[in-house]
Amino acid sequence: MTIFTKNPVHSVLYLVITFFTLTIHYILLNAQFLAVVNFIVYMGAIMVLFLFVLMLLNLNKESEPMKSNLVKIIGAIAGMCLIATLLGAFRVLEPSNEMVAAHADIGLVKNLGKVLFNEFLLPFELSSVLLLTAMVGTVLLAKKDVKKA
Amino acid sequence: MENIVDQIQGVPLNHYIIFCSIMFAIGVTGVLIRRNIIIIMMSIELMLNSVNLLLVAFSAYRGDPSGQVFVFFVMALAAAEVAVGLAIIVMVYRNTKSVDIESLSKLRW
Repeated sequence: MTIFTKNPVHSVLYLVITFFTLTIHYILLNAQFLAVVNFIVYMGAIMVLFLFVLMLLNLNKESEPMKSNLVKIIGAIAGMCLIATLLGAFRVLEPSNEMVAAHADIGLVKNLGKVLFNEFLLPFELSSVLLLTAMVGTVLLAKKDVKKA
Repeated sequence: MENIVDQIQGVPLNHYIIFCSIMFAIGVTGVLIRRNIIIIMMSIELMLNSVNLLLVAFSAYRGDPSGQVFVFFVMALAAAEVAVGLAIIVMVYRNTKSVDIESLSKLRW
């Protein structure tokens, strides 16, 4: 649905629905903290950002660029080939299906925080630096034209 | 309620793998068949999310919280990527008045 609708706004809305179902999946998989983070970050921040840019650029259905039918068909066939390859690979492997340890509280903030701030402290700090860099870069990119004009 | 939860947790890991690979393939197809930059970025988000779901599934089935921490990092990375990417899209739109990726072929020889 996300990739086949012509109108980009509908596309964004379908993507929001997809992310909502993913959030439900996280809850069912006992990852409550990640469910909340997914809900806030993806459905709140990122989707609002996409919609905002779409509205800002003021696109409509007529100006929506579409590829020719041939390229579309080739792309779809390539996607199907990818699915077929992956499924063929997964048929061979047989993962252990039963849950190893049914910890119900593995996704809670307490346990995640213990792991995050003990083993993964350096990547955590690096991701904060990454976010800072992204913020500075975004502001720089958005401001450049204003000064020139 | 307890019954429903038991039933859901009885879903084998294989189904998650297949579902995530199908979602990833949908994202790849979206990148291939669309020409709007914004929709291409949304397809990339779809791919990142399918990988996230797979990581969470593995971590839930293994009883290991490291996978969920990794998903957390992937989310931070995705947020940064979206912010920078959308800023670049706005710049490109100001210059070319179009979101068509074909208008960005100036670097081609």
